[in-house]
Amino acid sequence: MPELVLAAEAETNPFLPAIYDITWSLVVLLVVMVFFVRFAIPRFRQILDDRAEAIEGNIAKADDAQRKAEAALEQYTAQLAVARVEAGQIREQARADGQRILAELREQATSEANRITATAKAQIEAERQAAVLSLRSEVGSLAIDLASGVIGESLNDDARASAMVERFLADIEATENTAPSAGKN
Amino acid sequence: MLTAANLLISMASEEGEFHAPGISEFLGLPALFFEGTPFEINRIILVRLVAIGLMLLLFWIALRKPSRVPGRNQSIAELALGFVQVQIADQILGKEMGRRYLPLLAGLFFGILAMNITGVVPFMNISGTSIIAMPLLLGLVAYVVFIYAGIKALGPGKFFKNSLFPAGVPWPIYILLAPIEFINIFIVRPLSLALRLLLNMMVGHLLLVLCFSATNFFFFTAGGWVGLFGVGTLAFGFIFTFVEFAVYILQAYIFTLLTAVYVQQAVAEEH
Repeated sequence: MPELVLAAEAETNPFLPAIYDITWSLVVLLVVMVFFVRFAIPRFRQILDDRAEAIEGNIAKADDAQRKAEAALEQYTAQLAVARVEAGQIREQARADGQRILAELREQATSEANRITATAKAQIEAERQAAVLSLRSEVGSLAIDLASGVIGESLNDDARASAMVERFLADIEATENTAPSAGKN
Repeated sequence: MLTAANLLISMASEEGEFHAPGISEFLGLPALFFEGTPFEINRIILVRLVAIGLMLLLFWIALRKPSRVPGRNQSIAELALGFVQVQIADQILGKEMGRRYLPLLAGLFFGILAMNITGVVPFMNISGTSIIAMPLLLGLVAYVVFIYAGIKALGPGKFFKNSLFPAGVPWPIYILLAPIEFINIFIVRPLSLALRLLLNMMVGHLLLVLCFSATNFFFFTAGGWVGLFGVGTLAFGFIFTFVEFAVYILQAYIFTLLTAVYVQQAVAEEH
């Protein structure tokens, strides 16, 4: 037992601290406080902060992904709209082109038909002219032939007259090939 | 408790009658190390040191490698620290002040809890806080802290004025009120903190020793039918062990809570 006065007193009075009691109380207090101030509580806060940060980080990441997806969707939608417009334009263009080509062809066909018609008309005209010319040259001789025939034969017999006409016509037919209608006149 | 019981066995067998445990449970214990120096270690001091050592070791193990997804140890440590943070620091002091005083309050709570709890730990069987210097020092810490907090928040003039002359009282009352407030705040508060803790621990220990030493006496010293009383005292010993366990936690909580309340009152503009 320590022989110190205070220590001796402390052995009978529970409210008087012994020196060694004070010493070890101070040591304990100091160690505990240093431990909690320097280690336990900072570590505790670090854990909580880290966890909160992680949660917030994940939320931010998810937000970011959401935003990106929305942006991509918007972009695709815009592109799709542009493509639609382009397709419409192309279709329109094609229709216009088709109509133009059709019109051109039609015009060509018309002009060709006109040209053919004109050629045909010109040919017909030329042939008619030729027919008229040949008729004109032949009708005179025919008329002379007919008249000489009429004069050469006696015309009192009906049967004879008609036979003569028949023969005359047959002659015309035999000699005349280019203008049968003029021969009949 | 075993030591105490053994002590009582020898006493009882020598004199043949029962002696209730007394102040000698706490004072005049034989020194184990460094006898006669300021670093003398006796049974209670040893218990105190071991308790604190274990408590710090457990926290160190639990928080040594912090991970975002906590393991079992870390979860328990977080839960324990979270209790002090939420139930004491934030609730009494608010978020901002609570943050500043959390390390101190956590140190007080777990320090007191560790030293108290040894009272029901087998082979220790006495609380590290059951001799005066520790509770007194803890009370002093609370005292210094709330005065420091008040002076820092309001300045010395306003702090003492707020403390001694509470607002909303007609001035003649101050003649009576100021001395009462002075005694209450600057003398009674730290002492009441210290004595509440000390006496709870002492009385709890005495109660348990009484139950178990009486059991011992009834079973082994007093023979015959009287020995059956030992069954009753043993049962009481069991019950009081649980009661004391609750008291140890409660006292740590009350001490820390009151410290927080004193700090809060000291920094309040008016109260």
